[in-house]
Amino acid sequence: MGTTQSGIHRGRLAPAEYETNFSDLHPRLDDHEALVAADRCYFCHDAPCMTACPTSIDIPLFIRQISTGNPIGSAKTIFDQNILGGMCARVCPTETLCEQACVRNTAEHRPVEIGRLQRYATDVAMTENKHFYERAARTGKAIAVVGAGPAGLAAAHRLAMNGHDVVVFDAREKAGGLNEYGIATYKAVDDFAQKEVDYVLAIGGIEVKNGLKLGRDFSLADLTANFDAVFLGMGLAGVNALRAEGETLPGVVDAVDFIAELRQAEDKAAIPVGRRVVVIGGGMTAVDAAVQAKLLGAEEVTICYRRGKEHMNASEFEQDLAASKGVMIRHWLQPKRVIAKDGHVAGIEVEYTEMRDGALTGTGETGVLAADQIFKAIGQTFEASGLGSLAMSGGRIVVDSEGRTSTANVWAGGDCVKAGEDLTVTSVAQGRDAADSINRMLAAGAQPAFAVA
Amino acid sequence: MADLRNNFVGIKSPNPFWLASAPPTDKAYNVERAFKAGWGGVVWKTLGEEGPPVVNVNGPRYGAIWGADRRLLGLNNIELITDRDLYTNLREMKQVKMNWPDRALIASIMVPCEEESWKAILPLVEETGADGIELNFGCPHGMSERGMGAAVGQVPEYIEMVVRWCKQYTRMPVITKLTPNITDIRKPARAAKAGGTDAVSLINTINSIVSVDLDNFAPNPTVGGKGTHGGYCGPAVKPIALNMVAEIARDPETYGMPISGIGGITTWRDAAEFLVLGSGNVQVCTAAMTYGFKIVQEMITGLSSWMDAKGHRDLDDICGRAVPNVTDWQYLNLNYIAKAKIDQDACIKCGRCHIACEDTSHQAITQFVNGVRHFEVMEDECVGCNLCVNVCPVENCITMVGLEPGVLDQRTGKPVDPNYANWTTHPNNPMAKQAAE
Repeated sequence: MGTTQSGIHRGRLAPAEYETNFSDLHPRLDDHEALVAADRCYFCHDAPCMTACPTSIDIPLFIRQISTGNPIGSAKTIFDQNILGGMCARVCPTETLCEQACVRNTAEHRPVEIGRLQRYATDVAMTENKHFYERAARTGKAIAVVGAGPAGLAAAHRLAMNGHDVVVFDAREKAGGLNEYGIATYKAVDDFAQKEVDYVLAIGGIEVKNGLKLGRDFSLADLTANFDAVFLGMGLAGVNALRAEGETLPGVVDAVDFIAELRQAEDKAAIPVGRRVVVIGGGMTAVDAAVQAKLLGAEEVTICYRRGKEHMNASEFEQDLAASKGVMIRHWLQPKRVIAKDGHVAGIEVEYTEMRDGALTGTGETGVLAADQIFKAIGQTFEASGLGSLAMSGGRIVVDSEGRTSTANVWAGGDCVKAGEDLTVTSVAQGRDAADSINRMLAAGAQPAFAVA
Repeated sequence: MADLRNNFVGIKSPNPFWLASAPPTDKAYNVERAFKAGWGGVVWKTLGEEGPPVVNVNGPRYGAIWGADRRLLGLNNIELITDRDLYTNLREMKQVKMNWPDRALIASIMVPCEEESWKAILPLVEETGADGIELNFGCPHGMSERGMGAAVGQVPEYIEMVVRWCKQYTRMPVITKLTPNITDIRKPARAAKAGGTDAVSLINTINSIVSVDLDNFAPNPTVGGKGTHGGYCGPAVKPIALNMVAEIARDPETYGMPISGIGGITTWRDAAEFLVLGSGNVQVCTAAMTYGFKIVQEMITGLSSWMDAKGHRDLDDICGRAVPNVTDWQYLNLNYIAKAKIDQDACIKCGRCHIACEDTSHQAITQFVNGVRHFEVMEDECVGCNLCVNVCPVENCITMVGLEPGVLDQRTGKPVDPNYANWTTHPNNPMAKQAAE
C-alpha cells in the first residue's frame, strides 16, 4: 500500500498509518497523571502564569481543584475567564505564555503542564456535559456578531449570559472559524471544534447564521440599523502573495486552504500531497502545513523562511515538533521563482538573504529546491468590504482598549483588529472584553436619566 | 566504616534495625526473608495465650492517606495479634533463632492482665531461645476492648504490675511497649521502670480514623458498611513518636532507661533522629510493609555513610546526643534573635513566603520592590518565626540568620543582648524568679 511516486498524489500511506499520524498529539491526561502533574503546582501568590495568560485564567486555583479531585470546579474556574478554554488548552503556545512564566522553570527548567491540565479539566466537564452559566433575564437588546471564530463565540457567549439576544453571522458552512478550519488536525481531533461550538451555544439566546458574508450579503450599515450593537470578529480571509514568478502554477497552494481541507476531510487518504514539498513561511501555519504534509506521506518537506530561527513566529515547541516529524527548516532563504515542468510545479528557486543596514536583503546567491508542491504560508490579510467609513490602520480595524471602533455601537476583536498577538486565546480575551464593554454601554443606557433620591 | 553493631539491654544484633511486632513478623517465612534482606532483629508478631487463636476481620484491615503520587504517608490498621496457634509460632520461633543465631529475636506478648496468664506463657517463650520479650501494652483497637493492649498501657499501675510479674517469672530481658494514646507518656514509662523493666519501646499505633467514605458515610477501612478506629502509623506519626521518645529520654525519673524507638521510621535519617534523641535502637514496620524488606539496605548504608562523614565510630557515639538540647520552652534563650534571609539567586518568585507572612503572620516580606516582583524580608517587621522557610518550595532559599550580639535589631530598635535570658527571669512573667539581691 502507499506510493512514493513524484507528483501530487493521494493515498501515499497505508490506511492505518493515517489514523496513527492524525491522532491526538497530546492525549488527555488520565486521572492519576493529572493528580501527579497538578501536584507540581506551587499555588503561587499573584501567580506569574495567570498574568501571562491573555484571558487571565486563575491557573493556581484550577490546578488545585484538579489536585483535590474537583475537575468540575476546576473547569468552571477556567470557563469563567475563557469559555473556549478547551480549545485554548489544545492550541495555545503555552511555552511562550503561562508555562513560560511558571516558576518551576527557574527551579528546574520544567514548567507545570498547565495546558494539559486545562485540557483535562475542561474535557471532564464537557464530556459530562456540565454547563455552568445561565442567561440573565432577557434585556430585549439585540446584538450582531460577525464571525463565529474564537472572538465572535467568546463575545456571543458573554452577551447571551447578560441576557441579550445575539445573532452570529458567519461566511462559512460551519461555525468555529480558525478552530474549525485553521488548526492542524492532530491538535483538535474527534470534531472537538464543533463540540465546543455546541457547548458554547448551549447557553441559549445565540442564533448562528452560516453562509452569510459581510460585504457580500450584508453591510455593516445594515447591522447598525437593525441591532443595538455590533461586534466584528471576522478574522483574516486573505492570503499574502509570494510575489514570485510562477505563483499561479498548479501545485502552488495556500497553506490555510490545505489545512482547512485536511481538517474537513473524513478520509485523510483522499488528500493529495507532493512527494517533495516546500513550505514558504515561518509561522504556525507554515509548521501546521509542513508537519501535516509529512504526515500525509510526503517524502521530503522543507520549510523556507526568509529570516533567522529567532525571528520565526512558530514557537520553539512547534519548530521542534516539525523537526521531530522529519521536516527540514531552512532559514535566510526567500522565494524567487517557481520552476515549472510540463505546466506543473517542479521546484522553487530561492535566494539567500541577510540583514544589511537593518533591512532584509537578497545576497544574490540562489539555488533550486526540487518540489512537486509549494505551500504559501506567509501571512494572512484582512479583506475588508462593507465596513463603510470604519477607521483602519495597517490593514486592520482600529479599536480602543475596550474594543470600540471608530463607529458608534460597533466593537471589534480577534485577528481583524490591530492589537495583541494573533492567537486564539487573545481573540477570546478581546471578544469577551468587548462583550463586557457592550454590556456596560447597554446597561448605562437602560438606567433612568436622573437619580431618584 | 562505622560500626553499626547494636547491644540493646544485652541483646545483640548486627545493626540497630529491628522489624517491629506486626504482620511482617507473623511467621517464619517472612522473618527468614527479613533476615536474608539484612534486618538486625525482629519482634515476632504478638503471641496470645494458649487456646483458640483470635480471629481477624475478613474484609479490609488497612486504610491509608497518600501524597499526590500515591506515596503512602500514613497507614492505619485494625488487625489483631497473631491469629495463628501459639505452639506453631513457638516452634517456628525456635527454628528461626537456631537458623539465625546472630540476629535478635524478641517475642511480643499480650495475655490477659492476670498473673497466671503471664506465668503460664513466659516459660514457653523462654524455651524457644528468644532473646527477650516485649510486652504489648499498646495495641489500641480490638484487643483493648477485651482489657488487653492499650487498656493496660493506659493504666500505669497495671503496667508496673505486669512488668513485675514478667521480671519475676523469666530471665529474659523485658521491653515494655507503650501506647501513645495517653496524655503524658512519662507516666507509663515511669511505671514500667518502677516494675523493673529493662527497656521501653515506643510508640505503638495511634487511635485514628484514617478517612471517611463520603459515598457511604462510613469510616475507612469499611467492613460491611461499618468501620472502627484503627492504629495509625507510618511517616505521618514520626513527629509524635520523636517527642515521646525525647520526653522519656530527658525525664529525670527515667533518664538512662533504654528505649527502642518506633514510629514512622522510613529512612536512615529517620532512624538517626530517633537514635540521637535517646533510642538505643529502632523498630520499623510501615516502611517494610510499603516497600518490602529490602529498604533496610538503604537504612544500613545511609546511617553508615552519615556516621563516616561525621566521624562517628559506633552507635554509642550518637545515641542520645541530642537529648541535652531538648528543653522546656521556658528555658529557651529569649535574647536570641534571628531574621529570615532570602537568597535572591535561588528565589523562583512563587510568592508563597510573601502571602504566608502577609495573610497569616507579620507582614514582613515584600511582594514588589520599585514595581518589580521581588520578595525580600523587612527586618524591621520580621520576628524570625521561620514560617517562610517552611513554606518555601526551594531548599535553602530562605534561611534564618542569627544576629550577632550587639547588632541592632531593627524591629525592636535595640542591640542584641549577648546574655542568655529566658522566661523564668523575664520581667513580663509574673512568676519570674528574682535574682538574689
